[in-house]
Amino acid sequence: MTSPRSTSARKVTLVASACLVVSMVGSMLLQRAMDRSRPKAVVEDALYITSPNMVKRMSLGFNGLMACIYWTRTVQYFGRRHLMREQSYHELAPLLEITTALDPQLLVAYQFGANFLAPYPPNGAGEPDRTIRLMEYGIAHNPDNWRLYYNLGFVYYTELKDYRKAAEVFERGSKVPNAHPFMKVLAARMSEHAGDFATARMLWSATYESSTEPDIRQNAIDHLRAIKVDEDTTNLEAAVTHFSDRTKRPPLSMQELAAAEHFPGIPVDPDGHAYELSADGHVLVEHPDDFPFITKGLPAGYKPPGRKVASDN
Amino acid sequence: MSPRIVYIARNTFREAVRDRVLYNLIAFALLLSGAAIFIGQISIGIERLVVINLGLTAVSLFGIVIAIFIGIGLVSKEIEKRTLYTVLSRPVRRWEFIIGKFFGLAGTLVVNTFFMAIGVFGALLYVVHSFAGPDAYILVALYFIILEFLIICSLTLLFSSFSTPLESAVFAFALFVIGSFADDLRRFASLTTGVAHWFATAAAYLVPNFSALNVISAVAHQQPVSGQLILQNTLYGLFYTAMALSGAVLIFERRNLK
Repeated sequence: MTSPRSTSARKVTLVASACLVVSMVGSMLLQRAMDRSRPKAVVEDALYITSPNMVKRMSLGFNGLMACIYWTRTVQYFGRRHLMREQSYHELAPLLEITTALDPQLLVAYQFGANFLAPYPPNGAGEPDRTIRLMEYGIAHNPDNWRLYYNLGFVYYTELKDYRKAAEVFERGSKVPNAHPFMKVLAARMSEHAGDFATARMLWSATYESSTEPDIRQNAIDHLRAIKVDEDTTNLEAAVTHFSDRTKRPPLSMQELAAAEHFPGIPVDPDGHAYELSADGHVLVEHPDDFPFITKGLPAGYKPPGRKVASDN
Repeated sequence: MSPRIVYIARNTFREAVRDRVLYNLIAFALLLSGAAIFIGQISIGIERLVVINLGLTAVSLFGIVIAIFIGIGLVSKEIEKRTLYTVLSRPVRRWEFIIGKFFGLAGTLVVNTFFMAIGVFGALLYVVHSFAGPDAYILVALYFIILEFLIICSLTLLFSSFSTPLESAVFAFALFVIGSFADDLRRFASLTTGVAHWFATAAAYLVPNFSALNVISAVAHQQPVSGQLILQNTLYGLFYTAMALSGAVLIFERRNLK
């Protein structure tokens, strides 16, 4: 037989448990409703402490862990904004600067900076000068790492088109112990063949081969595909000019051009789609959205969409 | 070592285990295994770094919290429960009581660190599938963390020998924070002149230098730790611990327990 006291205690337990469950579910549902009704601007990206030194001090010596946290934040920030097709990446530079101040040996952060901080939107933050400072900081802390010289030379080459500085940096990097032999080749090519497709292809192939990171490798593949399209378009437009000079009229179709210029078949882009010919004799790609970095073969007034990176998936 | 010290140390260890101190290992295991899987999914190229950085930072922070919160109660609890009078009425010297308590707490932390180290290496193996030679430096980082614990234990005992548990906790934690800025303190001292220089220099050398004992970031990058640093840190840890324990003994010997 149970005493009135134990019956009462059981009652309290039951009521309290029910209250706990109901209030928990209620608060969760309410929170979800609040999240739905709140404007998106409330969760805007914000970097409350922008000073790398301040973050370093506040980490109480646990810099490594803080660097990992900031690095993850950097990747998430960039991936999310790419996914949302944002055109600005204001926090990317400070995030990378804080990450590398906390851990100057975190090489992947410098590599990421060279690939995504320097390029102009929509493909990056468009801050090549800040990227150069970041890379020089990396080189100062890791003077024996040839990959950092490669990345710095790469920024000078791709974004600033400063081939003399690029050659200087590749030359510096080629003197580092165990530097990859292509550093010397790149230094030499900068002086004579800086602007040609073969040099660009060599650089992006080197980027692909020297990185294991999916985002960076995908970026290199996209650039290599774009180089192929730009080169094809340049060659095809030269063929159009040749045809026009010879026949005193532009070709009516790609088939006519291919037959007249003795092409082995209808020329196709890296995805296998045939190049098209506009009425005024310009060569166009069928799906320009599939080649985010091409500079030729684009229809008049074409606006590129934002680009997805591997980390978005 | 006197058998009385061993007895007190053993009881301190047993009491800590009875207080479920080692339960923190469950939280640690969950933290590490969760982070090893989760961070690998959301970040790029730092799975290995995260496991080592997070693992060793957690070992360090868990240990410091345990050292402070158990250390501050070691003397005061005995006084509060009046068990100290029973202990001291036997042929046990006050200094033996302090040293025994120190070894008991240090032993608890070493056992705790041992299990957490297994967790770190287990998580690392899960992420990288095989160990490399430089991963052995993680053991050096763990050894330095233990030296850090010895210093913290001795400091909490020093503070608890003359102040309340709350004050001891505040003092010990403040010294941990200041000690993390030891390099900055030295740099600041070198910039000052006159009396300020002497004060700053004295402060810089008096607070424990925890920044020299922190090689977590370096070992995460598989950088070697020099034998000279190991020797210097070992001697430094032992000297500092001896200094703080001597202070604790001196104060406790003169303390009026009535």
